[in-house]
Amino acid sequence: MGNLIGKAVKRVEDNRFIKGEGKYTDDFNMKNQTFAMYVRSPHAHAKINNIDISSAEAMDGVVKVFTGKDIAEAGIVGSICGWQVDFKNGDTMKEPGHPILVADKVRHVGDPVALVIAEDKYIARDASELIEVDYDILDAVVDPKAAVHDGAPQVHDDVPNNKIYEWEIGDKESTDTAFENAHHVTSLSFHNQKLVPNAIEPRAALGHYDSNEDKYTLYTTSQNPHLARLIIAAFVLSIPEHKLRVISPDVGGGFGSKIFAYNDECGILWASKQIGRPIKWTADRSEAFITDCHGRDHVTDAKLALDADGKITGLRTKTYAAMGAYLSNFSTCVPSYLHGTLMQGLYTTPAVHVDVTAVVTHTVPVDAYRGAGRPEATYSIERLIETAAKEIGMDPAEFRKKNFIPAFDGVSQPGYQTQVALQYDSGDYEGALNKALEVSDYEGLKSQREEARSKGRLMGIGFSTYIEACGIAPSAVVGSLGARVGLYDAASIRVHPTGKVTIHSGAHSHGQGHETTFAQVVADAFGIGMDDVNVVHGDTENVPFGMGTYGSRSLAVCGSAIMKSVDKVKEKGARIAAHKLECSPDDLEFANGAWTVKGTDKSVGFGDVALTAYVPHDYPEGEEPGLDFASFYDPANFVYPFGTHICVVEIDKETGEVEILKYVAVDDCGNIINPMIVEGQVHGGIAQGVGQALYEGAVYDDSGQLLNGTMLDYTMPRADNFPMFETDHTVTPCPHNPLGVKGIGEAGTIASTPAVVNAVIDALSDYGVKDLQMPLTPQRVWKAMNNNGKL
Amino acid sequence: MSFTINLTVNGVNYNDVIDTRVLLVDYLREKLELTGTHVGCDTSSCGSCTIHLDGKAMKSCTMFAVQADGADITTIEGMCQNGELHPLQEGFKEEHGLQCGFCTPGMIMTAADLLKNNSKPSEEEIRCGLDGNFCRCTGYQNIVKAVQYAADKS
Repeated sequence: MGNLIGKAVKRVEDNRFIKGEGKYTDDFNMKNQTFAMYVRSPHAHAKINNIDISSAEAMDGVVKVFTGKDIAEAGIVGSICGWQVDFKNGDTMKEPGHPILVADKVRHVGDPVALVIAEDKYIARDASELIEVDYDILDAVVDPKAAVHDGAPQVHDDVPNNKIYEWEIGDKESTDTAFENAHHVTSLSFHNQKLVPNAIEPRAALGHYDSNEDKYTLYTTSQNPHLARLIIAAFVLSIPEHKLRVISPDVGGGFGSKIFAYNDECGILWASKQIGRPIKWTADRSEAFITDCHGRDHVTDAKLALDADGKITGLRTKTYAAMGAYLSNFSTCVPSYLHGTLMQGLYTTPAVHVDVTAVVTHTVPVDAYRGAGRPEATYSIERLIETAAKEIGMDPAEFRKKNFIPAFDGVSQPGYQTQVALQYDSGDYEGALNKALEVSDYEGLKSQREEARSKGRLMGIGFSTYIEACGIAPSAVVGSLGARVGLYDAASIRVHPTGKVTIHSGAHSHGQGHETTFAQVVADAFGIGMDDVNVVHGDTENVPFGMGTYGSRSLAVCGSAIMKSVDKVKEKGARIAAHKLECSPDDLEFANGAWTVKGTDKSVGFGDVALTAYVPHDYPEGEEPGLDFASFYDPANFVYPFGTHICVVEIDKETGEVEILKYVAVDDCGNIINPMIVEGQVHGGIAQGVGQALYEGAVYDDSGQLLNGTMLDYTMPRADNFPMFETDHTVTPCPHNPLGVKGIGEAGTIASTPAVVNAVIDALSDYGVKDLQMPLTPQRVWKAMNNNGKL
Repeated sequence: MSFTINLTVNGVNYNDVIDTRVLLVDYLREKLELTGTHVGCDTSSCGSCTIHLDGKAMKSCTMFAVQADGADITTIEGMCQNGELHPLQEGFKEEHGLQCGFCTPGMIMTAADLLKNNSKPSEEEIRCGLDGNFCRCTGYQNIVKAVQYAADKS
């Protein structure tokens, strides 16, 4: 390797963003474009008797109004679910329909009933207000656990008791035995509350149908343009794929919410053909709150069994996981394969059983949100661990060390097989904990806590030692578990005649810094400069069929595809170099941007070889011209980052407000390409996890109204909610991918939520508070302090 | 109803007849094609649309363009001077103060106003000064450092 990997190279993409020259979907316009506005249901559950669009249609400037009847007549189905998770008794998963515009019955506030297209967006909004919908309001159900009761309002007629599936993993019998024989059992119940992702850029689409070429173009806010094209073309609108170009330009944050091919964007594309003009639609924030897929919404009972020695002997959870009103693309795999399989954590727990009932409710659909299943699992485990340690009177760090899986590198020692399907790749969990103890000065913190308490101050320390499965995912494995797509990625490397390089990446960058990190990797591999490499992503016409960015997969999966292409370039380059140097390729070694005959000073540079490949006058016989390779990489396993986060809080006795005094994160994401970017991902992840712990949560009333559907009402962390985070890392390389990298995009979010809650509960220990439901608002904390720990 | 507005944006004078209900951010983005100013929330909560109006940071998503008649406006596109980055723009790059970049123009405009009024702010003053701007990517830490970088430089 050269000298760029491991360096905090400043981001090349920043040049446009800091000048306001980023190009996001809403920044694009097309000639003769129109503007769309969706009319959405104000009710969570209601029968539609009639929709009167006549006044809207008659308005000056209105081009067209579509309703559910038009969609039904066109025979278009809505977006699909991409992962089939069947009932444990063998019954097939329930898959209710999800129309682009609803004709008969709305099922959540925000369900669209009409699409207005007008000459400008102000007219479209005016016209949307003239559409009269006659509703019969019906009872709604919003609580995932209540939804399965007999007599609960039914979201779909073809989903009895609102159950999408009942799923389990682990060994029920051995887990039951562990609990029967337990010396101590710790029990907790949580609502891992419903969260609204709130990427700061709202979703948007600009759709165009070109009748000359019989071809569609869609600019859209997608984390994965090829996946969007596949779903929209092959499953929703039945467009031949080569007749649809999806461009996902700069995207203002995703956090999962822009993975999915939403019906809204499909509707815009379909309507553009019907009216023969381009259509732009950009959600406003209130619309984003009731249409962007939410995250979490798990109601869980969790239990941990211990023996007399403080060893964990069993873990059992029962979860009701809300899907919202419809199944979004990957909704079904989140509470099952991304949650249940993580439930052993990084402990030697010999018996684990996880039971999940996925249900529909009259709320906004739920799907992957930063961490996706893994935060929910980690919250259950780490709350149980910390609570158990307290209950048996052990230091939480010592309790963890007693129960950790011992270190293994995955090379000389095999991977670790858990009780819940996963085989961890490599890990040194105690190493990360020890480093966090050292960085945080845990002994000093304990003294500070004691001193603070002696003065009547409420200081608490909380841990979270996490592992997660990312780098999603081996296609054959996920296929056997019900995934309807492969989860490889793809990248091509085009070496230009002058030795400059373009990487075409299947992964999409919307904050992750691929334009820098990927360039570092390739520049290093070829011994050329950062300026000699650029990265192209986000356009299905220009990049190979990759699956996009989510599940902390970009570097582990797409980066590996890049390395495969690098190897192909080097192999062919060596043959060309050997021809020029009149030797065998085996006699050559590549270093510092040149192929050199081993043991000599005879060499030929990367640029010379590139030029020869494109001007092949004196060239190896039978060798094709050019130096341009595409590769697909299907991972051999997930990757398993891990680490320890320690949070220190103080609670204001008068107000119940929680202040984070100190936050230490020691993460292990394997080899690090750009420490600056890794650290930035950790910061952002921590902030989002703290958001769940302290501030955020969708609040619904019993009728299914979202009560905090604006940024004025939905509390998210702001700059003055945090101290400076202290970050550090250990390095345990991934043994099964070429760069030895794991993922880091979600780790902070997965780790931080339980660390913060554990710290708050620790601070409240004198009040006998064992647990509190998130978010830990001042009101909840104050009530807990002033009501003997009860709300 | 239409109205003629006369205003200066990034040093250029504009005279336009516009519908009175057009929001200032729409005028800037759609009429003047200054798309560096972003809309994240429509309710003055997120700060992505922050510009300078007569030298003060303002959220342009909840202002009518007609209210800016006669005003001198600076947007993110006007922050570079003679091809030189503003110290804040430099600070955001140097300190990795941005990820997706969507909130960045608003952050820079807010921070510029903050530094105008307080050239050597403490960390706490910076954090409080950025309280009207959401960033969902960075956890704010490197944004604070970017502002400190600019303060140290000027």
